[in-house]
Amino acid sequence: MKTTATIAGLLFATASAAGAQTLTIYTYDSFVPDWGPGPAIEEAFEAQCDGCDVEFVAAGDGAALLSRLRLEGERTEADIVLGLDSNLVAAARETDLFAPHGVEAEFDLPVEWNDDVFLPFDWSYFAFVAGEETEAPANFRELAESDLSIAIQDPRSSTPGLGLVLWVQEAYGDEAAEIWEGLADNIVTVTPGWSEAYDLFTEGEVDAVLSYTTSPAYHLIGEDDPTKTSWAFDEGNYLQVEVAAVVESTDQPELARDFMEFVTTSGFQSVIPTTNWMYPSVTPEEGLPEGFETLTQPEGGLLLPPQEAADMRDEAIATWRDALSQ
Amino acid sequence: MSLSRPGGAVAGLMLLLTLGTLGAVAWRAEYASGLARADWAAIRFTVWQAVLSAVLSVGLAIPVARALARRAFRGRSLLVTLLGAPFILPVVVAVMGLLTVFGRRGVVSEGLGTLGLPPLDIYGPWGVVLAHVFFNLPLATRMLLQGWLAIPAERFRLAAALGAPVGRLLERPMLRSVVPGALLVIFLICLTSFAVALILGGGPRATTVELAIYQSLRFDFDLGRTALLALCQFALCAAAAALAFGVTVPDGMGGGLDRVVMRWDGSRWLDALWIGAATLFLMAPLLAIAWRGIGSWPDMPPTVWAAAGRSVAVALISAALAMAFALALALRPGPLATLAGVLPLAASPLVVGTGLFVLVYPFVPPGAAALPVTALVNAMLAVPFGVRVLAPAVAQAEAVHGRLADALGLSGWRRLRVVLLPRLRRPLGFAAGLAAAISMGDLGVIALFAGPGEATLPLEMYRLMGSYRTEAAAGAALLLVSLSLALFWVFDRGGRVAEV
Repeated sequence: MKTTATIAGLLFATASAAGAQTLTIYTYDSFVPDWGPGPAIEEAFEAQCDGCDVEFVAAGDGAALLSRLRLEGERTEADIVLGLDSNLVAAARETDLFAPHGVEAEFDLPVEWNDDVFLPFDWSYFAFVAGEETEAPANFRELAESDLSIAIQDPRSSTPGLGLVLWVQEAYGDEAAEIWEGLADNIVTVTPGWSEAYDLFTEGEVDAVLSYTTSPAYHLIGEDDPTKTSWAFDEGNYLQVEVAAVVESTDQPELARDFMEFVTTSGFQSVIPTTNWMYPSVTPEEGLPEGFETLTQPEGGLLLPPQEAADMRDEAIATWRDALSQ
Repeated sequence: MSLSRPGGAVAGLMLLLTLGTLGAVAWRAEYASGLARADWAAIRFTVWQAVLSAVLSVGLAIPVARALARRAFRGRSLLVTLLGAPFILPVVVAVMGLLTVFGRRGVVSEGLGTLGLPPLDIYGPWGVVLAHVFFNLPLATRMLLQGWLAIPAERFRLAAALGAPVGRLLERPMLRSVVPGALLVIFLICLTSFAVALILGGGPRATTVELAIYQSLRFDFDLGRTALLALCQFALCAAAAALAFGVTVPDGMGGGLDRVVMRWDGSRWLDALWIGAATLFLMAPLLAIAWRGIGSWPDMPPTVWAAAGRSVAVALISAALAMAFALALALRPGPLATLAGVLPLAASPLVVGTGLFVLVYPFVPPGAAALPVTALVNAMLAVPFGVRVLAPAVAQAEAVHGRLADALGLSGWRRLRVVLLPRLRRPLGFAAGLAAAISMGDLGVIALFAGPGEATLPLEMYRLMGSYRTEAAAGAALLLVSLSLALFWVFDRGGRVAEV
């Protein structure tokens, strides 16, 4: 009975929603809950769009998002996809499912970003997060020589894991295999996703975990715990840039374009820091929340252009796998 | 109507959900690359750990189940229920519980530290096997325990009166009929292991086929290779099933009067030792989960409760479907039903979900199908356990009362109601409890279909974990474990009301 009611309810909901202006946004799981950025962004955009309805659909993580869109193809309900990682951009572009966003904006990114299809909405540096009492290594070499224990994510199933292997590959080139062999005895384990690795860290199983330089902000602001920090490496820290794009087959092209414009404004950007715990791609008028000034600032940001990241991916993963399989 | 007829339809449905979904994935493939060297390494590791986990789980379960079968003590029934808990735990929750006990900063390592010994290193192939034994020892114990309880009390009386060896005459024939099936089921469960192997495996050495499937589907969108890998899993399943059924010897000793068993053999102390050791091994991580979760109970956002309600509803529907399917298959003799009863174990949930998505998408919005599809897939995942538990009970009831029922002309629905169902009460209760608990804890396919606001409790827990809220996630995990256990207990208890 319950399911029949649910199905009926949802069918009617979809039918009535098609009449009003509904903007369907596919995003990753942690974007939509009450404590995520979704609800506040929905409210802010609905207040300015004159009777439209924003609907977030959570579809796993960044990689799952893209595969769901590819399964649905041109018949997809999605008007916008929000939450692809820059390393997935080349694969996303190849699908020809996305349309130019038409937004002009000055981004506050540590790297140059010019792309007429994929619009950055937030970013952070990848970094190892540790307790402040742990002595910070200055680079991967020092980390490999130390006795520190770390947890990382699998590059074959997680975007931070992929970011890490690209980071080592970009920073060390032909020496990447050597770095991974040195790190082998520091790596306690490799987890399928970010959550499991981070849980190992908070439980004290490892000294440090691959996460973001903005992660300590959650502990400081959300939990009043100033003891977490992250490590800046002197070879530079690799960036994660998260992007949004308009789906070409959208039945709401104007509304979608309005939303993309809205992404770069304060209404969207001011929500990001303390819900998604990332840096906004355009610093909002009121600046960053108090506490963000305490975060580690790496000297340089590394980021492979999307096509190069895609080309290097297989080689970087093979290097990682072979070095750690010995 | 013949009682074996619905089994054919159910077998068809199972084949559609397993091989059919695989076909749907393959049909959508635009290109296919073959299996790489790394894939073969993954297949080797997968088979190795699955064989070892199955042998160890069943090997250890024999003395534990025998001890539980022949000793009566206060709290035994509660203990039997609690011992089943690890099997129904969500994977990530169980792994975290295990690490609290066996991890580098765990209880055991701390203890070793005070003795001046180095900490335990659980990460590696042996950590994977340890976790799989933790998960599956309870299942193996329960399956064997059912076997022991099915030996009629009169036999033990007779053996005791004659001074005959119970082990050789009564227990060994029972084990020969139950053990191969138990080995097969656990081998297949471990075959599709994903998160356990990754988290505890310590690195890419511990890559399983399921991870390769995940990668080729999510990151490469190589549907052809995905289907090929899934086919490998089914081939392994078929080979293992053929082997297991080949060596099974049906136990055809006839029945008794269902009296409470009294035993006069075996060492009381040895039995206590086995029960004690198993309890410690299985309960310590559970206590750790409870300890972690109880303090963060107030941190849980209200959405967790709504998700819990949704999960319970899905679990009840899944359990009902799973029992109908399993009973239909158990009532149908023949290889088709047998195959349909094990195939779901070898199915990759990700492939089933993706295949169903391809099949459903043209007709229904995925968000609307999320909960019904989750209930159906969870029911499918529970069918093999139901069949394993119900089929021997059906066979025995037929062996004992079949001729009388024939003579009385009982057939079809009336035969089921009068002759079979009363004797299937206990296995049905157990299997339904298992099905409800499995559905409760399984992330299933909802992550693939989820629309706005459709989260189940496991999905909600993952979402909490994914946004730094580990405390609230620990609370949700405890709620999940408690609800799973409660559902299991209610059904299992319901099935046992008949006995004293």
